[in-house]
Amino acid sequence: MSVRVQSAPFDMGAEVAAFTASAPGAGAVVTFSGLVRDEGGSLSAMEIEHYPGMTERALEKIRAEAVGRWSLTDAMVIHRYGPLKPGEQIMMVATAARHRKDAFDAAEFLMDYLKSRAPFWKKEFGADGETWVAAKDDDEAALERW
Amino acid sequence: MIDVLYFAWIRERIGEPKEQVETTAATVADLVDELKTRSEAHALAFSDMSAIRVAVDQDLTEMTAPLNGVREVAFFPPMTGG
Repeated sequence: MSVRVQSAPFDMGAEVAAFTASAPGAGAVVTFSGLVRDEGGSLSAMEIEHYPGMTERALEKIRAEAVGRWSLTDAMVIHRYGPLKPGEQIMMVATAARHRKDAFDAAEFLMDYLKSRAPFWKKEFGADGETWVAAKDDDEAALERW
Repeated sequence: MIDVLYFAWIRERIGEPKEQVETTAATVADLVDELKTRSEAHALAFSDMSAIRVAVDQDLTEMTAPLNGVREVAFFPPMTGG
């Protein structure tokens, strides 16, 4: 499965090993994993809400666009939802290509797009109570370079 | 009947994740005008439309999008994935 949306944790090492083993012809694999920051100890938990149905659709679309734009042998995305603790993995992307530039560029593209085009919303729980994480102008601006 | 879905703080402000709406609204913007009359919570949730994004049948779109034949409309703040 190239796109997975799940509440359960994932084993990054096992995922990358399986992804690499099924990417014949690849000369480069790039991986990225996003973690819950502890914000200097002030963040006690995070909750990620998503839009079941649209989330999978949006991620598939973003992945298909990456595969179409770069010379990739494969690409995968895992994104979690539900309650998460500081230090936990939120998501990962992996791209495989014959050459590293395609793999790096496609991984960055995937990250930029899934930040502001996949229907996830983060809520942080800290000393000041609970707050919805606001989208940054930078996130939107990051899409313009593609 | 259209299913109207709310996410994140919009869901919290309205107090429901989903409601079924009988409407003749031609566009998303017209639907928003109707929803605002449902309760004070709705009016408050939709008071600043620059903070709200919309998906029609699970595709991100604009407030001007037509509602002809549409089954599901979702309102939510800008997404914060990754």
